[in-house]
Amino acid sequence: MVKKMPKTDVVIVGVGWGGGIIASELTKQGLSVVGLEKGLERSTEDYYMVHDELRYALRYELFQDLSKSTLTFRSNEKKRALPMRHYGSFLMGEGVGGAGVHWNGQTYRFLPYDFEIRSQTVERYGEKKIPKGMTIQDWGITYNELEPYYDKFEKMAGISGEENPLGGKRSDKYPTGPMKHSPQMKMFTEATKKLGYHPYTVPSANLSEPYTNPDGISRAACQYCSFCERFGCEYGAKADPVVTVIPVANKTGKFDLRTHSWVRRILHKDGKATGVLYTDLTTGEEIEQPADVVVITSYVFNNTKLLLTSKIGRPYDPATGTGVIGKNYAYQVVKGAATGFYDDMEFNNFAGAGALGVVIDDFNGDNFDHSDLNFIHGGYLALTQTGARPIQNNPVPKGTPSWGAEFKDKSLKYANRSLSVGAMGASMPFRHHYLDLDPTYKDTFGDPLLRMTFDFEDQDRELAKFTAKKARGILEEMGADHVDAMEELGPYDITVYQSTHNTGGVIMGDNPDTSAVNNYSQMWDMDNLFVVGASSFPHNSGYNPTGTVGALAYRAAEGIMTYSKKGGQLV
Amino acid sequence: MTKDNENKTSEEERISRRRFIKSSGVAVGGLAVGGVIGGLIPWRTEDNKQQRQAANETKNYNQALMFFSQAEFKTVEAATERIFPKDHNGPGAKDLGVPFYIDHQLAGSYGFNSRDYMEPPFFHGEKEQGYQGRLKRREIFRVGLRELQNYSHQKYKKEFSELSTEEQDDILKDFESDKVKLSTISASGFFNMLRGVTLEGLYSDPLYGGNIDMDGWRMRDYPGDQMNYLDVIEEGFKKIEPRSLRDHM
Repeated sequence: MVKKMPKTDVVIVGVGWGGGIIASELTKQGLSVVGLEKGLERSTEDYYMVHDELRYALRYELFQDLSKSTLTFRSNEKKRALPMRHYGSFLMGEGVGGAGVHWNGQTYRFLPYDFEIRSQTVERYGEKKIPKGMTIQDWGITYNELEPYYDKFEKMAGISGEENPLGGKRSDKYPTGPMKHSPQMKMFTEATKKLGYHPYTVPSANLSEPYTNPDGISRAACQYCSFCERFGCEYGAKADPVVTVIPVANKTGKFDLRTHSWVRRILHKDGKATGVLYTDLTTGEEIEQPADVVVITSYVFNNTKLLLTSKIGRPYDPATGTGVIGKNYAYQVVKGAATGFYDDMEFNNFAGAGALGVVIDDFNGDNFDHSDLNFIHGGYLALTQTGARPIQNNPVPKGTPSWGAEFKDKSLKYANRSLSVGAMGASMPFRHHYLDLDPTYKDTFGDPLLRMTFDFEDQDRELAKFTAKKARGILEEMGADHVDAMEELGPYDITVYQSTHNTGGVIMGDNPDTSAVNNYSQMWDMDNLFVVGASSFPHNSGYNPTGTVGALAYRAAEGIMTYSKKGGQLV
Repeated sequence: MTKDNENKTSEEERISRRRFIKSSGVAVGGLAVGGVIGGLIPWRTEDNKQQRQAANETKNYNQALMFFSQAEFKTVEAATERIFPKDHNGPGAKDLGVPFYIDHQLAGSYGFNSRDYMEPPFFHGEKEQGYQGRLKRREIFRVGLRELQNYSHQKYKKEFSELSTEEQDDILKDFESDKVKLSTISASGFFNMLRGVTLEGLYSDPLYGGNIDMDGWRMRDYPGDQMNYLDVIEEGFKKIEPRSLRDHM
């Protein structure tokens, strides 16, 4: 027997950055919002014992319990997809704040090129530049249209930074100044300047100074304690939904946040969403929450899965290239990097912050000429200092055994005598990279797992080699005695951590035939259903995605307000 | 500790051993049981001199076994010490408590894969799809350690722990490179897991039983759990005395 709750204005599924931003914006303007979160409640006090690499980084304290649900993976359609049984390539957040709790805080804007990638590529290089099967498309919104929402997100989170000399035009400067510079950051800055590049400080959600945001939320400055990625911040210095937007929503008295609530279906009738069906994980009870507007703000994978299991939208068919739900899954190309070893210099590699670093965009987007290159787009190159924790960071020069006396000697020696230059390579969508429902494996409720079909392409291999070469050049300029750079990208391997920057599946665009949502993240096929997050990216840029997720969430919130007054399609 | 003291300790242990066997009544069980007890109480071996000394100074109640048999533990001690040997830099895996760390981890949720997806069906997959077996980590370890022993006997006619360090390395390399063919588990998969948990035991917070006295951290100038690095972040390298989570209590 399903218990039915009283109807609410808006129900939100998943309370991370997307859900938190939308909840705070809507409740401030008087709407009643129910937030359903599968995981548990979180607060800053939870992180008293957070400086624990084993518990948080290797036993995945803050992440989704894979025994209840995971996804399956295969490199192409000829293979049998098998479940991701342990964590590896990416980490799915869970609990209030979602992935916004365990992120590093590197907060970029995508380039103007990203939003018009297809038309600009064709314009500059001709149609032939786009290889067969690459399904890039314009986003249905321009950088200039999205700019005010980037600004809003950055002011809410208090992003610390300085202007990107090669980025899109800004309406205002960052709300707080750049982070401190360590000796290795200074070395990177000098070397890249000497090479003719344009370094700038990584824009950071780890506050460089105490900050009070436009909602009146005050937060302390970053202590450079080095526990950001995979950890929660005990100081509240790293912007996360729990210390920014959720308290604002709570204060209105209009936000009903229910944890341990696993949403299983979006309910709909005659082309309109009527609410959601969820299970209270503490009692096993099935509950229906009716609502005027349904907003899906869980992670990329679950956003896609919920639409497919609820039979909303047209599922993507790779054979014909038609349909949209599950289309254009993309990732990130981060392996094109290099490490430099120093015999006579020692660094405080143990110290740092998630978004501490210096970066260049000279090889990102279309900031450089691709005429003679076998790939499009690019990626940033950066030296970041996120805190080299000892279990996971044991760099040794190539050729050193991975265990035994020599490994011990070299890994101890180079722990504080090595520096890396990393790349955040963009990931282009292809016709045969997609998400659908797995025919075999089920989650804890007997619903199918989502199935990922993905591998690296020539585009990625060429890009990774290119960024690795540039990274090597920078480290040589930085005076490293020995540099090891990636040589071959190899196949996509789900067992090796790369980034939690998965995108696509419910993509945006200006045409209902080729996209699932419009530029307000509103479903073309269902006016009162909004699907928000990196699931709406038609491709992934050469940056960390959260800044763009935040901007799109602010725009979606505005769209939902308009819809709740006027109804209908917003575009 | 003086030599006299050592002798005295040994004498006390012999007495308490006799007392234990007598009161527990297991000695009457015959050969098989005697064998188990012999393994359970290796009090007179040279190997344990250091442990005895440490125990006399401050008794670490954490250093007992939750999962391994005494024989398995000896193999783990020998193998992890080859992965991270004692040298001029400082202690090896054994002195840092790594074997106890591994034992305790396998006894808990990590050993039971409690947060991993372990649902059937099980198929062989590509390397890039990750582990697809039905065995849990504790089961893999048990099989892996037995196979390590089997292979030592086959190749050198001795227990793994009794081999020379060169022979031990040779055995471990054959596992690492899958030169050893096993029907139940992947030899390299087991080796990589052993290497992974060894690193964890060296460098996790001492609260988990390894990294004793933070000496794993100290060896590589890792300061452990510091509240902030505001004073050093803009400066050149600085050696900082490590702190652990215990300092937060």
